[in-house]
Amino acid sequence: MVTPTRKKDRIDKLAEAGSDAGVSLAASAWRTLRRSPVFLTGAVIIGLFVLVSLLSPWLAPHDPSDPMLIDQVIKARNQIPAVQDGHPLGGDLQGRDFFSRLLIGSQQTLIVGVLATLIGLAGGLTLGTLAGALGGWVDSVVMRLVDVMLSLPSLLLAFSISAMFARPNQYTVIVAVAVVQIPVFARLLRGSMLAQRSSDHVLAATALGVKPGAIVFRHMLPNSLGPVIVQSTLVLATAIIDAAALSFLGLGNPDDRIPEWGQMLGDVQNVFDTHPQLAFWPAGCIIVVALGFTLMGETLREALDPKSRR
Amino acid sequence: MSTAVNHEPETPGSGATNDTLVSVEGIKVHFPIKRGVILDRTVGHVYAVDGVDLAVRRGETYGLVGESGCGKSTLGRAVLRLSEPTAGRVVFDGTDLSSLKGEGLRRMRRRMQMVFQDPMSSLDPRQSVESILVEGLRAHDLDKGREETGKRLRSLLSAVGLPNTSLRKYPHEFSGGQRQRIGIARALAVEPDLIIADEPVSALDVSVQAQVVNLLEDLQEEFGLTYLVIAHDLAVVRHISDRVGVMYLGGLVEEATSDDLYAEPLHPYTKALLSAIPVPDPLVEDRRERILLTGDLPSPANPPKGCRFHTRCPWKQETRCDTERPEMREVLPGHKVACHWAEDIRANRIQPHAVEAVLVEEDGISPDVPLVGPASVTEAMNP
Amino acid sequence: MPLLEVRDLTVVFERKGEKPFTAVDHVSFDVEPGQTVGLVGESGCGKSVTSLAIMGLLPRRGARVSGSVQYEGVNLLSLSDREMRDRRGRDLGMVFQDPLSSLNPVIPIGVQVTEVLERHQGMPRKKAMLEAAELLDKVGIPDPTRRLTEYPHQLSGGMRQRALIAIALACRPRLLIADEPTTALDVTIQAQILALLKELVRDLGTALVMITHDLGVVAGLCDEVNVLYGGRVVEKAHRHDLFAAPRHPYTHGLLASIPRLDAPRGEKLNPIRGSVADNIPWAEGCAFAPRCPNKLDVCVQVTPEQEDIGAGRLLRCHNPVQPPVSEEVSV
Repeated sequence: MVTPTRKKDRIDKLAEAGSDAGVSLAASAWRTLRRSPVFLTGAVIIGLFVLVSLLSPWLAPHDPSDPMLIDQVIKARNQIPAVQDGHPLGGDLQGRDFFSRLLIGSQQTLIVGVLATLIGLAGGLTLGTLAGALGGWVDSVVMRLVDVMLSLPSLLLAFSISAMFARPNQYTVIVAVAVVQIPVFARLLRGSMLAQRSSDHVLAATALGVKPGAIVFRHMLPNSLGPVIVQSTLVLATAIIDAAALSFLGLGNPDDRIPEWGQMLGDVQNVFDTHPQLAFWPAGCIIVVALGFTLMGETLREALDPKSRR
Repeated sequence: MSTAVNHEPETPGSGATNDTLVSVEGIKVHFPIKRGVILDRTVGHVYAVDGVDLAVRRGETYGLVGESGCGKSTLGRAVLRLSEPTAGRVVFDGTDLSSLKGEGLRRMRRRMQMVFQDPMSSLDPRQSVESILVEGLRAHDLDKGREETGKRLRSLLSAVGLPNTSLRKYPHEFSGGQRQRIGIARALAVEPDLIIADEPVSALDVSVQAQVVNLLEDLQEEFGLTYLVIAHDLAVVRHISDRVGVMYLGGLVEEATSDDLYAEPLHPYTKALLSAIPVPDPLVEDRRERILLTGDLPSPANPPKGCRFHTRCPWKQETRCDTERPEMREVLPGHKVACHWAEDIRANRIQPHAVEAVLVEEDGISPDVPLVGPASVTEAMNP
Repeated sequence: MPLLEVRDLTVVFERKGEKPFTAVDHVSFDVEPGQTVGLVGESGCGKSVTSLAIMGLLPRRGARVSGSVQYEGVNLLSLSDREMRDRRGRDLGMVFQDPLSSLNPVIPIGVQVTEVLERHQGMPRKKAMLEAAELLDKVGIPDPTRRLTEYPHQLSGGMRQRALIAIALACRPRLLIADEPTTALDVTIQAQILALLKELVRDLGTALVMITHDLGVVAGLCDEVNVLYGGRVVEKAHRHDLFAAPRHPYTHGLLASIPRLDAPRGEKLNPIRGSVADNIPWAEGCAFAPRCPNKLDVCVQVTPEQEDIGAGRLLRCHNPVQPPVSEEVSV
C-alpha cells in the first residue's frame, strides 16, 4: 500500500536540479514555452487567425455583402453558385462570395471572442478580487451569486441574457457571452487569492507593515493571475463557440451584411444536406481557432505551474 | 494580571521592568472550529495558545521551544498581531499593541519584524531581491532617494553576507541558506528592535544551519537586536538563547536561563524532551537514560483537564494533576515551572512510573462526539 | 556472506533537452544480516535515490540504474518488475519519511496490513486480521483491533509511522530500509520510533538500512555509517570510530557545525562554508573541494579514490583531517 508518488516528485526535482535557474517566473515560463511544439502549434494557428482577421479587408477578393452571383442562385431548385474562377469556395444562398465572407467573418469572430473574454475577465477580476481580498460576508455574497450563475448551463444562461434584449445584435452577443464567463473567472481568482492570503509571503508583507492595498495589488493579485491567464485563453475558445451558437440560434446580429462564422453556420442549416460545404468551412474555422487557443492555454497552464518548475 | 494597568497603556505590565522590550500578559488565541454547509456553526475551539505570560528583555534572545501543535508559532504571530489574540495583551516598549489599529499598528510593525521558516514560500516569487528589500523601506518612508537607498541595500546585503549582484536576481535563483539570508535582510531593512524568528533554520541543510545561526548572532551584536526565537530543535535554541521557555499544548510549562534549563530541567515534560534529543556521540547515546513518553500529544481542541501533561506524565500523582491547572511559579531563582510536584520530583521524593498510552483522536473534536467518517461505514458493512 | 551487497550503484537521471544528472555515483556498501547500516548526508547527496534504486522504485523512464545490488546472491537490478514486486514487502521492507502520503488515505489501516500478508503469504483474511492486530500491538499501537478499522487520517503522525513499520515488517523481511523515518516527527515521538526500530531489529534479526540527515540518530542506532556527499560515499566507518575521529573534512565539518546539547555554551558554531550548489563534478576532482577547509591544489585536479585506511574504514580524500591524539580532543 505504499504510494511512491511523493517520492517520484522528489526524483523529478532531483532530475531537474541540474537545470539552471531562469531570470523571473515569466521568463522561465517563456523558456519552457518556446521549446514546446504544442504551444508553438497553437501560437501559429492563433497568429494566422489574428493576421487574417486584421488584413481581411485587403485579403478578401470581393465585397462580402455584394450579391454579385445572385443570377446563379435558383431558390426553387436549391441551387447555389458553384466553385468558379475568382470564387474559390463558390457563393452562398444570396449569391455572395463565400471565401470573402469567411475571411471578413474572422474579424467579427475575433472581436466577439476577444471583447467577450475581456469583459468577462474584467468582471471576474473585480468580483474575485473583492471576494478574495475582503473575505467575510462580501466573499459569501459574491460566491453565492457566482454559484447561482454556475448552476445554470452556460449556453442556456447566455441564451436567456440575449433573449432579454429587445433587438439582438452583435453587442448583445458579446455581453451575453461575457456575463457567462464572469463567474468562472471570479471563482478561479477568488480561490487562488484565498490561497495567497494565507501564504507566507503575504504574511511576511503584513509583518513588514506594507499597506493593505499594496498587499492585495502587489502580492496577492499578481501571484493569483497565472491560472486566470490560462483560463482566459481557454475562455476565448469557448466564447467563440458560444457566440457562434447564439448566432446560429438567431440571437446574433440580424444584419447579415457583416458576416460572422456562427451566423454563417446558422444561415445554412436548411440546406445543410444538399450543400454541406457551406457549413463545413465556417465550422472548420471555428474548431481550428478554438483548438489553437486551447493548445496555448494548456501549455501555458503547465509552464506557469510552479510545481512543474521547481 | 492586575486590572489597573488596563487603563494606562503606558505603564508596563506587572512583572515587566524597564529593560523589558515585550511583555506578553495572559495571552490566549483560540481558533473556532466551524462546521456546516450554508451557515458556519462554531462547534468548538482549538486552544492554540491558552494563557501565556512572558517577558523578553531588551537585547536578549528568548527561545521558545516545543513540539508541533504546542502553539509556539501561533504565540509568535499573536505577539506581532498577525494572529488576533482572543484574550490578554502584548505590551511592546510601553505601548499596548491591542490598543493599536490600522495605520497605527502598521507603523508599529517597523519595530518588530519576523523571519520565517520556509525561506522560499515567505518570499514573493515575482519580486526581485531589490524590490523585496525596498518594499519595507517604502512602507515606512525610509526610501530617501535613489542613491541613498542603493547604499542602504548594499550595506544590508553585505550585513547578511550576500553579494551585491543579488539585487537583480529572483528568490528561486538562490539556495535555501541564501534565501533565508534574503528573508533576514528584509526584516533588518526597516531597522527593527525585535525580530521574531519562527524556526529560522529548520528548513535548511545541517551544514547551512550553522551559517544562519552564526549570522543571527552576529547581527544581534551589530544592531543591538532583541530576538524571540521559536524552534523545535532544543540544541539550536539552547545555543542561541539566553533564556528559554518550554511550551506544551498551548501553555508555558517551564522558563529558565538556557544553562539552568539544560543543567536541571524541573518539569517532567522538559526532562523527557531533553532526553529525547539524539546527541551525535555514540558514547553518550549508549549511556543515556531516556524518558520515553507514551502516546501522542492530546488534541489542542480538547486539552486534558488540570495539568495539560498529566495524560503522559511519568510522575503524575493521584491528586491535583488531573484537576488543577498548575501556575508558573519560581522554584529556583529565575527558574519558573508549572508543575505541582516540581520540588518533590527534584528531591527524588517521587519516582517515575509507567504510563498507559491514551488513545488520541486525530480528527475528533472530542472523543465523545461519534466519528462521522468512513470508519463507521465499513463497520456498518461488515457486521 | 553479506545479506545485501551494493556494488558501484549508479543512478543517472536523464531528461530530454537537459544534461544528464548523476544522483548516485558508484556507491558500494554491504549489509550483514541483523546489522544496522546508516546512509548519512544532506539533501541531494543521493541517499534517498540509493534506497529507491535498491527497492526498484525508480521510474524506468528517465532514470538509468547501473551497478549491482546482490540480495542473498540475487542481483535485484536484473529482476523483472513482476519479480521485484514479489520481493518488495516480502524480502525487503521500506519505511518512508512521510507516513501520511505513504499510506493509502481511502483504505482502512487493517486492510493495508492484511493486504501484504494475503499477497505474500497467502494468508486467509481472518488469520491475516489477527496477525495484523498482533503486528500493530507489537509496534506499540494501543487498542489495535479498533485501529485496524480506522483510516490513516484518524491516526497521529507517530501512530501512522508505527502502522507503516508494521506493514513493512508484516512478512518478516530480512532487510528493512528506512528513509528518514523520523524526520517528519517530533523529538519525543522520534525517540519512541527509534527505540521501536532498535527493539525490532534486535528481536526479529532484521537488517536495517537507516537513511537520515541527522547524525544524532546515527550515533545511537547504526553499527556502520556511510557518509554520502554529491552522490558518492566519502567516508565509511564503524560509528564509534567515525564520531571519535571523523577523517573526511565533510564529516568533520558536519559534526562541528551542529550545536550539541551536552557541550558548553557560548562558543561559535563552525559552519561549512557555501552550499551544495558550489559542488564541482566528481570528474574534475573532489565535489566537496570548493567548500573544504583542507583543500589542496590536487583536490580540484584529481578525483580522490576510495581508500581503505584500516579498521574497516574507507575514505575518499586527498587531505584528510588528522585523527585526534587522545579521546578528549575528539569532535
